[in-house]
Amino acid sequence: MTDPILDIRNLSKTYKGGTTALAGVDLQIRKGEIFALLGPNGAGKTTLIGAVCGLLRPSGGTIEAFGLDVERHWREVRRRIGLVPQELAFDMFARVEHAVNYSRGMFGCPPNPARIEEVLRSLSLWDKRDARIMELSGGMKRRVMIAKALSHDPDVLFLDEPTAGVDVELRRDMWRQIGALRDRGTTIILTTHYIEEAQEMADRVGVINRGRLLLVDDKATIMAKLGSTEARIVLAEPLAGLPPALAQYPVSLEDDGRRLVYRGGDGTGKGKREAAEVIRTLVAEGIAFEEIDTRESSLEDIFVDLVERGEVPA
Amino acid sequence: MNVRGAIAIFNNELARFFRTVFGSLLSPVLTTSLYFIVFGAAIGSRMQDVGGVSYGAFIVPGLLMLTLLSESTSNASFGIYMPRFTGAIYELLSAPVGVAETLIGFVGAAAMKSLIIAGIILVTAMLFVDYSIAHPVLAVGYIVLVASAFSLFGFILGIWADGFERLSIIPMLVLTPLTFLGGTFYSVDMLEEPWRTVAQFNPVFYLVNGLRWTFTGSADVSIGLAFGMTLGFVVLCVAVIAVIFRTGWRLRG
Ligand SMILES: Nc1ncnc2c1ncn2[C@@H]1O[C@H](COP(=O)(O)OP(=O)(O)OP(=O)(O)O)[C@@H](O)[C@H]1O
Ligand SMILES: [Mg+2]
Repeated sequence: MTDPILDIRNLSKTYKGGTTALAGVDLQIRKGEIFALLGPNGAGKTTLIGAVCGLLRPSGGTIEAFGLDVERHWREVRRRIGLVPQELAFDMFARVEHAVNYSRGMFGCPPNPARIEEVLRSLSLWDKRDARIMELSGGMKRRVMIAKALSHDPDVLFLDEPTAGVDVELRRDMWRQIGALRDRGTTIILTTHYIEEAQEMADRVGVINRGRLLLVDDKATIMAKLGSTEARIVLAEPLAGLPPALAQYPVSLEDDGRRLVYRGGDGTGKGKREAAEVIRTLVAEGIAFEEIDTRESSLEDIFVDLVERGEVPA
Repeated sequence: MNVRGAIAIFNNELARFFRTVFGSLLSPVLTTSLYFIVFGAAIGSRMQDVGGVSYGAFIVPGLLMLTLLSESTSNASFGIYMPRFTGAIYELLSAPVGVAETLIGFVGAAAMKSLIIAGIILVTAMLFVDYSIAHPVLAVGYIVLVASAFSLFGFILGIWADGFERLSIIPMLVLTPLTFLGGTFYSVDMLEEPWRTVAQFNPVFYLVNGLRWTFTGSADVSIGLAFGMTLGFVVLCVAVIAVIFRTGWRLRG
């Protein structure tokens, strides 16, 4: 990769209690991209972000941001990085605008009321600028966290589960705002449990489990590799064998021929298309069916899949 | 250095103080007023002069020291413990803020708060006892030094503490007894041996007497020694804080 904005090499972290949260992670982030880090609880996502942002000391490895070592050049580096942590954490008694101005000052930026107004407006917080943070709803509090992280106009923004516990509408709204930030040239690294979220926003996706990056790839590639559709069709009459017309599809018979199952496709919609074709074929062949149940692979399925393929030390 | 960052922290900490200014001032002012009423006005009127000053005037520096020590320590310890407790410390740790900015911001603001309280207590004292300050410049200088020293100490306490009880344990179990026994209410001349010798091992004894010297011009300890000891304590605390930042102890996991 030419000139990554963030270059993580062989990063490891073992906590005092002995938990190894990161076991040799290599990751390069491109300038201006949205990178989604996917992984189950305890995978090491927050630890990875903490190591880059200076919240904890790595046990090994190196991290460079903007071509500078983050430990040696912490001042320059930190000025240009923003962090929205997973947990809500602030002085609950402070007022919204004060809190955001404070963050800007802490990062060494001169006061800029116009810019702060812009940030607050973009997050629909302007009307709440004089409210105490504790008087806000959970979703609004989360947006205050984002406003604080944006107050010093970072070049790289870390969002640790930005949409956890946020309703669907607000989630869409946040996706839109994250897109707008990218358009301004901000590089964004976010973590999520929701594959849908990664699918919606990310340019590239990394999958992490037990402190190891299992794969890093363009979203399209990863979805094609890992996404799949499963359609279960309960037949009116059991079939003895697969009709030849379905031979071209990844289908199988289960439950003594009473159920036809399609498992295939990828994350690009091919699976849904093929499932529809399978059903059309059944109709054309005059095979009656009673129920259809389809589902898209979830993140969990992808993990199971990765484990079965032996890519994870189970 | 990130000057704006240091100023931002300082202002934010003071803003926190002024948000609860009534409560922050009421308790120390009330407590000291009670001392002045009981020991200054009521009992003091029946006491002999100590070293040429009235008993009421004699206890002013000691009571001021009592407030300075407890306020500086608790302001600074709460100032850094609260963000650790709520998790808001993440922002500080991810910001371009180092030892210098932290000390100016957190410790400076804590010292400033206790100086404001000290000023108000001196004014309150005037209502109850008649006292004067023999060396005003040295007095102010020494008060600032002590406020800084114990704000630094409180900062360390706030980083060390892993629960609210721990925050109050040191001020309650160590500072208050040492100040009471440190000559707030008496001169060592009034003590019998072996207590007179024992008193010399109490560091707060030097603090109280140093401040008393700037007020009355005479005390059980020379001002030079008191200044020197306090300065030594400041240097020790700054060194400890520098090590804490270097190792990330209790701050960076
Ligand atoms: N401060 C800590 N001390 C000890 N162990 C920790 C600490 N923080 C995290 N861990 C452990 O490190 C591992 C990785 O945790 P981490 O918070 O990085 O996971 P995560 O991927 O962010 O999970 P989640 O999706 O639940 O937020 C877990 O096993 C966790 O228990
Ligand atoms: Mg996490």
